[in-house]
Amino acid sequence: MEWVIAVAVKVIVIFTWALLTVLYITLLERKESAVIQDRIGANRASILGLRLNGFFQPYADALKMFFKEDYTPPFVDKPFYYLAPLVSIVFALIPVGAVPVADSIGLFGRKFPLSVIGSNVGVVLILSLLSLAVYGVIFGGYGSRNKYGVLGGMRGTAQAISYEVAIGLSLVGVLMVFPSLDLNEIVHLQNRYILGGWVPLWGIFLQPLAAVLFLIAGMAENKRVPFDIPEGESEIIGYFLEYSGMKFGMFFVADFVEILLLAALFTTFFLGGYNLPWLFTEGFHFPWGGSLAMSPIIVRIVQFVTFNIKLWIMIWFLLLVRWTYPRYRFDQLMDLGWKSLVPLSIFNILITAAVMVVIR
Amino acid sequence: MERMLLNIGPSHPAMHGTIQIKVELDGERVIKADVEIGYLHRGFEKTAENRTYIQIVPYTDRLNYVSPLLNNLAYAMAIEKLLGIDVPPRAKWLRMIFAEISRITDHLTCIAPIGMELGAFTVFLYMIKAREFLWDVLDATTGARLTTSYIRIGGVKADVPENFGELLKKAIEEVKKAVKDVGGLLSKNPIFLKRTRDIAIVSQSDALNYGFTGPVLRSTGYYYDVRKAFPYLYYDDVDFDVPLGENGDNYDRYMVRMREIEQSIRIIEQAFKKIEKGPVREKEGLIEAYEAIKASQRGEYLEGKLKLGPNLEGMEKETYESIMANVPEYVPPPKEDLYRTIEGMIRHFKLIMSGHGIRPPKGEVYIPIEGGNGELGFYIVSDGTDKPYRVHLRAPVFSIMSALGKMIEGYYVADVIPTFASINMIGGELDR
Repeated sequence: MEWVIAVAVKVIVIFTWALLTVLYITLLERKESAVIQDRIGANRASILGLRLNGFFQPYADALKMFFKEDYTPPFVDKPFYYLAPLVSIVFALIPVGAVPVADSIGLFGRKFPLSVIGSNVGVVLILSLLSLAVYGVIFGGYGSRNKYGVLGGMRGTAQAISYEVAIGLSLVGVLMVFPSLDLNEIVHLQNRYILGGWVPLWGIFLQPLAAVLFLIAGMAENKRVPFDIPEGESEIIGYFLEYSGMKFGMFFVADFVEILLLAALFTTFFLGGYNLPWLFTEGFHFPWGGSLAMSPIIVRIVQFVTFNIKLWIMIWFLLLVRWTYPRYRFDQLMDLGWKSLVPLSIFNILITAAVMVVIR
Repeated sequence: MERMLLNIGPSHPAMHGTIQIKVELDGERVIKADVEIGYLHRGFEKTAENRTYIQIVPYTDRLNYVSPLLNNLAYAMAIEKLLGIDVPPRAKWLRMIFAEISRITDHLTCIAPIGMELGAFTVFLYMIKAREFLWDVLDATTGARLTTSYIRIGGVKADVPENFGELLKKAIEEVKKAVKDVGGLLSKNPIFLKRTRDIAIVSQSDALNYGFTGPVLRSTGYYYDVRKAFPYLYYDDVDFDVPLGENGDNYDRYMVRMREIEQSIRIIEQAFKKIEKGPVREKEGLIEAYEAIKASQRGEYLEGKLKLGPNLEGMEKETYESIMANVPEYVPPPKEDLYRTIEGMIRHFKLIMSGHGIRPPKGEVYIPIEGGNGELGFYIVSDGTDKPYRVHLRAPVFSIMSALGKMIEGYYVADVIPTFASINMIGGELDR
């Protein structure tokens, strides 16, 4: 019974954390784009006259979304139309639960992973759930019964499917150097050090090419500028153009959840996840010989904070790209995916394999 | 394979200025495109036939609404030619400065959407921000940002304000900065190059056959600029280059406009030197205009100089001749006369009232100038009455729009919008 309660608490806490992060990604996006574009950005939402430079803006936005008229055009294909936003957000949100935000702890005599899905095949799970998310785009575009929507859905489907190949292949290199499908184990393996203990064995140092490929493919999967082909707000408006109110809001939030997911996955695979350099389960062990003992709970908290800092740096970077680049064209995007990213991923696998054989 | 007929516009987020493009798609490729214009038709030419020559000036503001002063200029020059009057040198230099400022606003307003259509919204805001500073200059001088009506028959409405130099300098700095920033963001950006190079190519002969002019023609490498070919104002006396493209694709159109902004800045800087030392105006002991009017109603004449509103500086008697041609029958009187004497009042009325007004001799005239998008010309037929018999505007985008369908055929649907943005279609000018 205690176990069930503990799991329920974990699920609630982690998803609350995820959704709060998503809310503040929207704020960061508004603020960052404002700085880039020489504006101030949203700063008017207030509670009792307290503005805090836009701190409450995300809540105001969310409330507005809920209260907007939710109009369903009469010509839509209802089942698909209603299903699409749900599919989009659910399959974007669940993979977030597979990402460990801190090391697992011992609870009631069992190992208690600090991720919602403490699966030992986490990587495969995430990839498969990501593949399912594309149904949101297909259903949305097809169910809208609108030519623009269909075009957007078609583009989105082609894009998602081809970039999944690139994501999968770029991760193969990572899985070769960290031989595990368990995300927590992959993070553990990045807490090793080389060069006299000074340099951590993070994925980005072992697999720099894979890191770049994963990031590009992930951004394409995310469907935002420079890869916002299915949306293309100035050309075809997007697969969600017949949606309004919170149904549109769910597509919108799904976009931001995917940013969080991409940043979290990149952090986990390439930036050492929740690892702070030289922090181990029982405290710090510095390469110059010093050490600092800490209680396991404090260590988990430090790990969680570390994970969040890395996460926000990645989110900042993703938003920076979004606000400075123009958009690819559909065929050019396919070229980039199939003619550059996929061959390079395969090349990366071969190189990794060759180096591993030589080192052994 | 079944083809899809897609209606882009007139209500479409990217169709600035309401245009309808019916495209036949094979997948994403445009097989056939049918461009439908006329959604912004306001009957300018017909309206002009029922207005006096002076009343038409404000209508010209609303033609190309991103460079209103160029329309004012083209119209004023056509009427002046018809009347055979010459404009004083200071007014000509002022006209040149404002023509070039308008050219810059026009080009900025063209490049900004090119960026936006390609998803680079930051570029859009940079350009529009720079344009705001130019509009500050216009605002301070003409009293309006858009409905300027500043260049009038016989000269310009008023002289520049005292802080004109500072405003202009600030605006030029901001434009230079925006051009530099946008150049850094786009000009060598691989994605931008991919999206614009070799897209919607127009060959030189096609461009000539369709009657292209302006940056779109020059992007194909053809050297034709009205300012060089048929110099007007003092374009002979200033140094500037005419940037040319090579391929006539979207990138060249973007690049030609970017480089023309720099050339326009050069012209402005040279022209500003000529008008820098304006007439000195007194500040103290001036009579308020309403006092002068009241006195004249009592039959008195108040001696001394009038205090004029901030946008009317230069309309004093001494300086009036430097900005307006000295032909009493065609230009309004200086404000001193208007407010204080019955003769001035009558002279003003005779110009403005319907049934009186300017009566050019019978004849026809066509004067082209280099507008923001190409050769902008007014063809005016006078039958000797106070209203024109016919006014025709040669709008540069009209001929370019006639080729838009051909330009986008064979490219992707995603190229339609950037191409459309790159020709800078202005609804007011196109549909009239």
